[in-house]
Amino acid sequence: MSEQVLKISDFNVDFWVDGVWYPAVIDMNLELNAGKVTAIVGESGSGKSTTALGLMSLLASNARMSGSVQVKQEEMLNANSATLRKFRGREVAYIFQEPMTALNPVYTIGFQIVETLRNHFDMGPTQAHERALELITLVDIPEPEKSINKYPHQLSGGQRQRAMIAQALACDPGLLVADEPTTALDVTVQAEILDLMRGLKDKLNSAILLITHDMGVVADMADEILVMKDGVTVERGSADQIFNNPQHPYTQQLLGAVPKLGSTKKRTMPYSESAKPAPVLKLTDVTIEYPKRGRIPAFTAVKNFNLEIYPGEIVGLVGESGSGKTTVGRASIGLLPIKTGSIEIVGKDISHATQKDLFSIRRHTGIVFQDPASSLNPRLPIGESIGEPIFLAKIAKGDALAHMIEDLLDQVELPRSYRNRYPHELSGGQRQRVGIARALALTPDLLIADEPTSALDVSVQARFLDLLQELQEKLKFACLFISHDLAVVDILSHRIAVMQNGLLVEEGDRDAILLNPKNDYTRRLISAVPVPDPAEQRIRREARLAAKK
Amino acid sequence: MNENNSVEGDSAEISLIERETQGLSQSQIVRKRFFRHRGAMVSIFVLTSIIGLVYSALDAKYFGVRIPGWWKYSIEDLPELTLGQCKDGLVGCPTLSVVPNFLGGNGVHLGDHPFGQDDIGRDYLALVMRGAQRSLMVTFIIGAIAGVIGTVVGAISGFYRGWIDAILMRFTDFIITVPTIIIGSVIGFHFGNLGVAFLAFYLGLFGWTGLSRLVRGEFLTLREREFVDAARVAGATNRRIIFKHILPNAVGIIIVSVTLLMSGAILLETALSYLGFGVVAPDVSLGSLISQYQESFTTRPWLFWYPGLFIIVIALSINFIGDGLRDAFDPRQRRRLTRKDRDRAKLGSKTGVQK
Repeated sequence: MSEQVLKISDFNVDFWVDGVWYPAVIDMNLELNAGKVTAIVGESGSGKSTTALGLMSLLASNARMSGSVQVKQEEMLNANSATLRKFRGREVAYIFQEPMTALNPVYTIGFQIVETLRNHFDMGPTQAHERALELITLVDIPEPEKSINKYPHQLSGGQRQRAMIAQALACDPGLLVADEPTTALDVTVQAEILDLMRGLKDKLNSAILLITHDMGVVADMADEILVMKDGVTVERGSADQIFNNPQHPYTQQLLGAVPKLGSTKKRTMPYSESAKPAPVLKLTDVTIEYPKRGRIPAFTAVKNFNLEIYPGEIVGLVGESGSGKTTVGRASIGLLPIKTGSIEIVGKDISHATQKDLFSIRRHTGIVFQDPASSLNPRLPIGESIGEPIFLAKIAKGDALAHMIEDLLDQVELPRSYRNRYPHELSGGQRQRVGIARALALTPDLLIADEPTSALDVSVQARFLDLLQELQEKLKFACLFISHDLAVVDILSHRIAVMQNGLLVEEGDRDAILLNPKNDYTRRLISAVPVPDPAEQRIRREARLAAKK
Repeated sequence: MNENNSVEGDSAEISLIERETQGLSQSQIVRKRFFRHRGAMVSIFVLTSIIGLVYSALDAKYFGVRIPGWWKYSIEDLPELTLGQCKDGLVGCPTLSVVPNFLGGNGVHLGDHPFGQDDIGRDYLALVMRGAQRSLMVTFIIGAIAGVIGTVVGAISGFYRGWIDAILMRFTDFIITVPTIIIGSVIGFHFGNLGVAFLAFYLGLFGWTGLSRLVRGEFLTLREREFVDAARVAGATNRRIIFKHILPNAVGIIIVSVTLLMSGAILLETALSYLGFGVVAPDVSLGSLISQYQESFTTRPWLFWYPGLFIIVIALSINFIGDGLRDAFDPRQRRRLTRKDRDRAKLGSKTGVQK
């Protein structure tokens, strides 16, 4: 029997909002032993992050907690700040979701690790520096001697997360709280980080409290799982139990909403191979360059890119961050100038079009942006946001416009009364529906969807994808669907194009790409996608490790 | 929201629901929210009453037509110094009394010289009224001109960047290097007889620099947001993007800056009057009254009180109206967590642990 690290009993958190106590966590019970991983799973707003922050009394001043939280048999709840300081970092360490914001940008990563060390131990600067170097080597950051003096912005996303982990491990904490540690990372990097965390856990015998919404990550890591909904723990059990025999309907629904690779049936192409219609979007030898700015040299984001999209089909564009997929999407509707090559939309060349030409071409296109929070003007009621393209195209005004807005809201299944609301009053999924309604306002021939689901919960994402598919079948627009998530692309698309470092590495029918990938990179991308199945994950993990050796 | 509904009663709520499906434009919603802002509404009322009171007090001549004011003295009249309610051998005290007899006061009446008289016997109410007229005019002219120029220059250079930005910002730098006081005194020296409005106009032409810098910074960040791209894809022209999409998002900063500018304008005008270039005697402004009588603060404080009171009330009203505008444009305004709430929350957490 290994040592018990964390014991939470009858833990409650409420928030005081506008004169009322809103419960965020209700009667939470949890025990965690050294060397084990417990995952808390739930969608946004379920109270999982609140639990994590509540453990160390890091919640805002309008929160109230009750119950008991014991770390190594010592009570943490309402402990005085001296005790808390001793425990924070020393016994309990946090890995935050976004390493760019969790690391201080004006200090080197070495400095930040040394700071943690010297806060907790009586250590000289040289000694602490040596230990920091040791930690950086431990988390596999390349060239530790050089990297220790680097600032967070000089590291890649994966390396930053490694630096965060190194800082968290600085004092050999008994408990690691990882709050969505891989959400901001690419799948291949995510797999590496998860491998690293697992390795370190075994080496240092720490306990990990993993908080995530990603069922694939949970399947990869967790020994025990708690499923939370609206603050209540609805189900708990071992990983095998939860994944193979979920009892609670919410767990079943959550698992059902996770898109799985290769689970959708074959889709008929909207056109026959022999008689292809004229393409809606045609990119020929497109090269896009971000010009030199000050001392930063020019950067070629996309090189010699060729792609054609035909009416009525959905083409998935997949790649990791920095591969240039968003650049392609934005250039395709004339938001970015291209250096060489040509882009044609419904037969019109937009690469050298004037503002006036673009204005008429854009009537045939629509775009759904990645982040619905930033793509809707926060000061504009959503009805006006949706109606703007129609108004500007001078199709309708006044009452006629109001009717069209109502129709569009109906189409994306939002209540008509929402038209006077501001974007912040809507949930993420609703906002993204507004984004679609706006993109479809002019009934475009081509829709560009730039990672529209990456900010959404799985169940919301599932509903959103259904809606998009329905609309596509009804309105028959062509769609370029940009995503980093192969499973999502699998559900939607007829064809798939894979990008790496600005190059198109593979392109073809969905089934040809997913079942029989020719390119090495595509294969790696597919194998790194976490699947919500612990057994399958284990097999893959071993294969990955074997390949490494 | 909820609280307002329950306060306003059920009928208001029902009509609200009925109206909810009706589309409203951004400006309609902003107007509605502005009218609901209590502080701003009260301030608008106060400010308009002050303007009405002040401008109707004295005889005025518009386009050759003489309009008589409601107050019997003008600033040129020299009535004899009266005792007023003075006690310690002083003369020219205010005759205004607001405490009724039954409360032990002298009853509510204006008297002959409600605000007292200055050292040569001029009626102080007349002086304050004229001063307030001048100060209000200076404030609004400077605020309007500097506000418009600053916003437009900042918006254009922040939105277009590149060489337009470089030229406009170097021009701004140039204006910043010229001290306003010196400009004011030079203008006052050469054109002093053209009147206060002219001076205010010129000061406005030089007072927009800070605002334009702030607006430019705000535009530089806002133009990178995705909703600007979304508007462009929807077919919006640059002008529409600047005024319809970005400007409402920058309104907070503009309003804060312009209200500060307007309060500052009162002081600037005072400084220039002190140098003798703003409002030339026998004309007065609130600032010149205060600086003129600052030595009499201990002996005859009313010469200080009344112009001071008017400055404070005007500046506060402008600030509250600005607040109301900002809140109306910002849809994310929420009720702040007051100290009382926090105390209650703390109390709750204690009882929560005990249970």
